Amino acid sequence: MSFMKLTASTLAIAAVSATAAVARDNVQIAGSSTVLPYASIVAEAFGENTDFPTPVVESGGSSAGLKAFCEGVGENTIDIANASRAIKSSEIETCAANGVTDIIQVRIGYDGIVFASDINGNSFEFTPSDWYLALAAELPVDGAMVANPNTNWAEVNEKFADQPIQAFIPGTKHGTREVFDEKVILQGCEDTGAMAAILEINGGDEDAAEEACMTIRGDGLSVDIDGDYTETLARIAADTNGIGVFGLAFYENNTDKLQVATMNGVVPSTASIAAAEYPVSRPLYFYIKAAHIGAIPGLKEYAQFFVSDELAGPDGPLAAYGLVSDPELAATQAMVANEVTMGSN
Amino acid sequence: MTDASANNSASGKSSLLVQDARTRKRNAVEARFKWYGITAIAIGCVFLILLVTAITFNGSRAFRQTFVTVPVTLDAAAIEAAEASMMKTSQYRKMIEAALLTEVAEANIETDMDAGKLGDMLSSSAPAQMREFVLANPNRIGDTVSFDFLTSSRVDGYLKGRVTRDSLANDKNLDAAHLDLVDQMRDIGMVVKRFNIDFIIGSDASEERPEQAGMGVSILGSLFMMFVVLLLSLPIGVAASIYLEEFAPKSRWTDLIEVNISNLAAVPSIVFGILGVAVFIQIGHLPKSAPLVGGLVLTLMTLPTIIISTRAALKAVPPSIREAALGVGASKMQSVFHHVLPLAMPGILTGTIIGLAQALGETAPLLLIGMVGFIATNYPTGPIDGFLSPNSAMPAQIYEWAKRADPAYYERAWGGIIILLVFLLAMNVIAVILRRRFERRW
Repeated sequence: MSFMKLTASTLAIAAVSATAAVARDNVQIAGSSTVLPYASIVAEAFGENTDFPTPVVESGGSSAGLKAFCEGVGENTIDIANASRAIKSSEIETCAANGVTDIIQVRIGYDGIVFASDINGNSFEFTPSDWYLALAAELPVDGAMVANPNTNWAEVNEKFADQPIQAFIPGTKHGTREVFDEKVILQGCEDTGAMAAILEINGGDEDAAEEACMTIRGDGLSVDIDGDYTETLARIAADTNGIGVFGLAFYENNTDKLQVATMNGVVPSTASIAAAEYPVSRPLYFYIKAAHIGAIPGLKEYAQFFVSDELAGPDGPLAAYGLVSDPELAATQAMVANEVTMGSN
Repeated sequence: MTDASANNSASGKSSLLVQDARTRKRNAVEARFKWYGITAIAIGCVFLILLVTAITFNGSRAFRQTFVTVPVTLDAAAIEAAEASMMKTSQYRKMIEAALLTEVAEANIETDMDAGKLGDMLSSSAPAQMREFVLANPNRIGDTVSFDFLTSSRVDGYLKGRVTRDSLANDKNLDAAHLDLVDQMRDIGMVVKRFNIDFIIGSDASEERPEQAGMGVSILGSLFMMFVVLLLSLPIGVAASIYLEEFAPKSRWTDLIEVNISNLAAVPSIVFGILGVAVFIQIGHLPKSAPLVGGLVLTLMTLPTIIISTRAALKAVPPSIREAALGVGASKMQSVFHHVLPLAMPGILTGTIIGLAQALGETAPLLLIGMVGFIATNYPTGPIDGFLSPNSAMPAQIYEWAKRADPAYYERAWGGIIILLVFLLAMNVIAVILRRRFERRW
């Protein structure tokens, strides 16, 4: 019976302390797994260099992070959402409906998206057109849409090596896929003139034409990877003909297994992306709940620490890991310092 | 065998010495069946051996880490300047890099690298380690202190054979020239690879420094969760089983409950995770990523296991014990709590430990309640903090490491598996010992 008493009292203590937990003293962050490495580096340095506890950074994806972010204001909601894309207007509406009205948008830099293949395989010099011709589900030929006949890179572009097409691209739940679709496939569709041809076929419906451009073939030559880049890497290790889509930072950590392809003749690097020479990149963000500033100790300090020159600048540890530094970092620093919320200017 | 052959020879009709066709056929079937069995066991053993060798081969390397010894003079002015800046650790880093360059020069190792380039072989955890020492020992400022700093994961990988000069060809973090230096430094004992206790007791580290990451905080997270599971599932499970087994009338309702408990034991754990998010976090407003929530979710998962094993243990107590107790005038309650329950205890405990071991290795529900990421960074400050502060758990930590970019984290994931398996093995051994020592047979 004393065991029952013990259980009862433990439950009571847990209940009491759960309400005591209202005085949360660490910053809680969730969201994009692309931003996670950078956020973890900053969080660790923040814990080491200040008197605040190390913030916790949960992964789970941009959408999941923003969903948790928009759940409301209060100690048991997260303070910051990391995102590899900008917040959508529908998400802002959800936020507002739950009382999260003041959101500070912070752009931390750019992430390069690279195409890499097995280190011992053929080298490639891609253009977006090559990828469109290799991966589109249907191509316009002589005024009609036909299923993509290309099965070998040499068919796509005669200067390529004779290698069967096998691509591992991010699944549709990834923010990276959106960038891939828009900056590579859609671009290639326009560059090859396929866009114009499709518009001719369908009578000028632009939305339908874009849709047709970005529909990826489903015959197994292109595989959607819903997991992380480690899974893409494992697929390439198993099938050395495979070409995968990776983040720049991931590639730079695995240069012993992967070789990177150029895009429009440019080798991806933090320098070439910052100079806007390498075309496939996207901004990374985090979103701060302004209502929590002051209530959660260290929240504003963390944000300022993140965008400081020492961390997010071109010589900081984030750039060393693979983040492309934002040329307009000074403006972001001022924005965080003044707590400028979205839509207030 | 002896019995069988005796029977055979006794029943032989035509001759005792010659087997007839049917007997030969029966014996052949038996021999074949034995071989099937042996093959099955052999296949199982091969897989087990493969698994164990893969784990020990890949994982054991994570327990050893490369250190470099650097004597650093704690210059008061430099430390003061560092403490006044925002990125204090970057200032400390400069001091360490300068000290490393001097030390390399003094050891007569030739290099044309500058201090910053040379410092690439150090872990980025080194400045924090030095700063921590300075803050803890302000009286040592002015002295020259010899530090054992971690080397970067690339240097460590070189000594472990994972990184070669070829593999560094396109690497921007380290050059082959560094490895030449490392060879020379190892010859004079400046660089050593040794057992690293921080892998077992340390906290998680960022993607930049896999060499510093450890399982310690997530082990604590798992222990706090197991405490919640034990405290809730044992009393609830035992109470439910005693009622169902000893008191409940046999009716359609109790049958329905029994069937459902058995079904619940087979429900995939991810379902409990979704339930946990909905009930405990969204409705109950309990803190996210907290071991308390993890423990509650795992309790739901463990309950059926405990109820089923407890009922089996109660059933195994002979009815004569109950009847004897009732016969000398004990109430039903007295007969259960004074006689049946103590006799069933070894079985109940065994079931509980097996249930806990199962919960300890569970990952899926923890992913949903937010225990994956850069979470296990702060040691809990006290018991309450331990239940409520965000933390990870061993399997979730292993999962997180396995998907990080640096290959050094992959090695740590294997190492984490060894630690997890040691815990599971220990729990199972305890269960076996309890059963051996206290179980009674009738």
